[in-house]
Amino acid sequence: MASKVIQALYNDDDVLMHAVKKVRAEHHHIEEVYTPFPVHGLDKAMGLEDTRIAITSFMYGCLGLAVAITMMNYIMIDDWPQDIGGKPSFSYMANMPAFVPIMFEMTVFFAAHLMVITFYLRSRMWPFKKAENPDVRTTDDHFLMEVGVHDNEDELTALLWGTGAVEIKVTEKDS
Amino acid sequence: MYTFSNRLRIGSFIAMAVGLIFLAIGFVSAPSTPEEARAIVAASHDDHHGGGHAEEASHGAEEAHGAEAAHDEGHDASHDLHLLHQLQNRPWSALYVAAFFFFMISLGVLAFYAIQRAAQAGWSPILFRIMEGITAYLVPGGIIVFVILVLSVLHMNHMFVWMDADVVAHDKLLQGKAGYLNPTFFLVRAAIFLGGWIFYREYSRKLSLAQDASEDNSNFVKNFRWSAGFLVFYLVTESMMSWDWIMSVDPHWFSTLFGWYVFASMFVSGITVIALISIYLKSKGYLEQVNDSHIHDLAKFMFAISIFWTYLWFAQFMLIWYANIPEEVTYFVARFQDYKVPFFGMLVMNFIFPLLVLMNSDYKRVNWFVVMAGIVVLAGHYLDVFNMIMPATVGDQWHIGIPEIGGILFFGGLFVFWVFTALTKAPLQPKRNPFLEESRQFHY
Repeated sequence: MASKVIQALYNDDDVLMHAVKKVRAEHHHIEEVYTPFPVHGLDKAMGLEDTRIAITSFMYGCLGLAVAITMMNYIMIDDWPQDIGGKPSFSYMANMPAFVPIMFEMTVFFAAHLMVITFYLRSRMWPFKKAENPDVRTTDDHFLMEVGVHDNEDELTALLWGTGAVEIKVTEKDS
Repeated sequence: MYTFSNRLRIGSFIAMAVGLIFLAIGFVSAPSTPEEARAIVAASHDDHHGGGHAEEASHGAEEAHGAEAAHDEGHDASHDLHLLHQLQNRPWSALYVAAFFFFMISLGVLAFYAIQRAAQAGWSPILFRIMEGITAYLVPGGIIVFVILVLSVLHMNHMFVWMDADVVAHDKLLQGKAGYLNPTFFLVRAAIFLGGWIFYREYSRKLSLAQDASEDNSNFVKNFRWSAGFLVFYLVTESMMSWDWIMSVDPHWFSTLFGWYVFASMFVSGITVIALISIYLKSKGYLEQVNDSHIHDLAKFMFAISIFWTYLWFAQFMLIWYANIPEEVTYFVARFQDYKVPFFGMLVMNFIFPLLVLMNSDYKRVNWFVVMAGIVVLAGHYLDVFNMIMPATVGDQWHIGIPEIGGILFFGGLFVFWVFTALTKAPLQPKRNPFLEESRQFHY
C-alpha cells in the first residue's frame, strides 16, 4: 500500500523537540523521526512507550543461571562425581562455590547476548538489510519528522513551516 | 534550618537509656569465676537443648580426653578458663560490635562525601549537609571506639588475645607479629587514624560553611584538594584500621583483601543511611529540592555497592574454601559450624534481598521501597560486623540477646541524637556551591 507522507527537515534538535510537541498538540500522528544522534527526551515528547528490553534481559539472565546450574550439576555431580583434588562432589551445594564463577558468567552471557539479539530482531536490523533512510542528511546534521497525510496537505505544510522546518517535501511511501 | 523534632529526641534518649540498662545487665550477668561460667553453660544447655546435645558434647570431650588422659586435670581447667573468657567477652563484644558499626557508618559517609567532592559530582551537593551531619558522629563514635581499645589494652577484657603477654610468651606466631601487634604501637596507630579522619571532617565542614558566606570559590577549591588528599590517606588508614581493630581479634588468621571488604561494608551502610535520612527529612518537608532522582541515585549506589560487598565477600571466602589451607580455613570453619544462621542470613540480607528489590529502576524511585531495602541492608551489615568479631571473642557462646540489643539501642540512640543535633547547626542546603544549581535541577 502506498501512502502519502510529509517530511519536514530541521537542523537543530531543540527546534525539532518543539516541533514534535506542537504537532502532537495538534493531534497529528507522527509516523517517524530520523535523527543523527539520540535526542534526550524525544521518546517522551513523541509519547513512545517505555522499552521492555530490560525485563527480557532479566529473564534471559535467569535462563542462563538455570542452564549453568543444570549443566554443572549433571556433569560434575550426577554423571561422573570424580574426586578432583579433594573437592566434595557429593551434592551440588557441597561444591557450589566452585561453580559460582560459571553461574555468574553464564548469567551475564545469556542476559547480554540474548538481549542484543532481541534488540536486533525487534528493531529489524541485520547484515545486508536495505537502509531505510528518507534523506541521507539525517545521518549527519539534519533531523527529519515524517507525518502521515490524510487530505490535509496544505494545513500540515503550513503547520510544519510554522515550527521552524528548513525544508518540506511530500512523497509517496511504500509501507 | 532544621529543628530537631521532640519525638525523635525523646526517642533517642529512651533508646540510649534502655541500651545502657541492657548493657549493664550484660556486664553484671557475666560470670567472674570458671565455676559460674560452667554453671551458666550447663543451665542453658539443659534449658534449650535437653539432654541430647549435652550427651553428644560430653561424648566428644571423652574421646578427646582419652588421648590425653595424663593431662586431664589441666585440660579441664584450661577449658573452663577459656569458657569463662568467652562469657566475659560477650558484653564487651556486644559493646564493641555496636560501637564499631555506628562509627563505621559515619566513616563510610565521610568516604562517600570526599569522593563526591573529589569527583566534582553534579548531583550530590544538595545532600552535602546531610552527609556532614552524619559524619559529625565521627567524633563521639571514634572516641568511644578508641576508649574501648584502650580498655582492651588495659586487660579489662579478652577480646584481643595478642594483648595478653602470657599468651604471646607461649605463641611463636604472635611473637613474630609482635613488631606490629603490640599495645603501644596499636594505640598510636588508632590515634593517628582517628586524628586524620576527624581532622578532615572538621576542616572540610568548616570550608563548606565558609563557602556559603564567601564571595569566590576559593573554599570550594581548597575543599576539593583536601578531599582528594584525604581519600589517599583514608584508603591506607582504613585498610590498616581493619587489620588492627577487626582482623587482629583473630591474630592467627590473615587475609589480603580484608581492608576492602570492611570498606565495602562501611560504604554501603553509609550510603544507605544517607538515603534513609534524606527520605526522612524530605518526608518532614525539609528538603523540597531533593527529588526522586536523587533518591534513585542513592539507591543505585546501595544496589551497586551491595553487589560489590558480595563480590569481595565471595572472593575472600571462595579463595580460602578452594585452597583449604588449614591455617586460613579455620576462620570459616568456625563460622560455618557455630554461626550458620547469621553467616548465611547476612548473605541473604546483604545480597539477595537488595539485588531483587533494588534492581528495578522504578522501585528505586519509590521511597518506602528504598527505606525497606535500607533497613534490611543495615541489619545485614550489623550482622556482618557481628560475624567478624564474635567468633573470635565469644566463640560458640554467642546469642543475639540483651547485651547485643542493648549495644544497638544505645549506639543507635546516640547516633540519631548526635546526627540530628548536627543537622540543626547549619541550613540543610548549601548556598554557594558551584554545582548547586546542577544538583537542584538534577533529573535522571
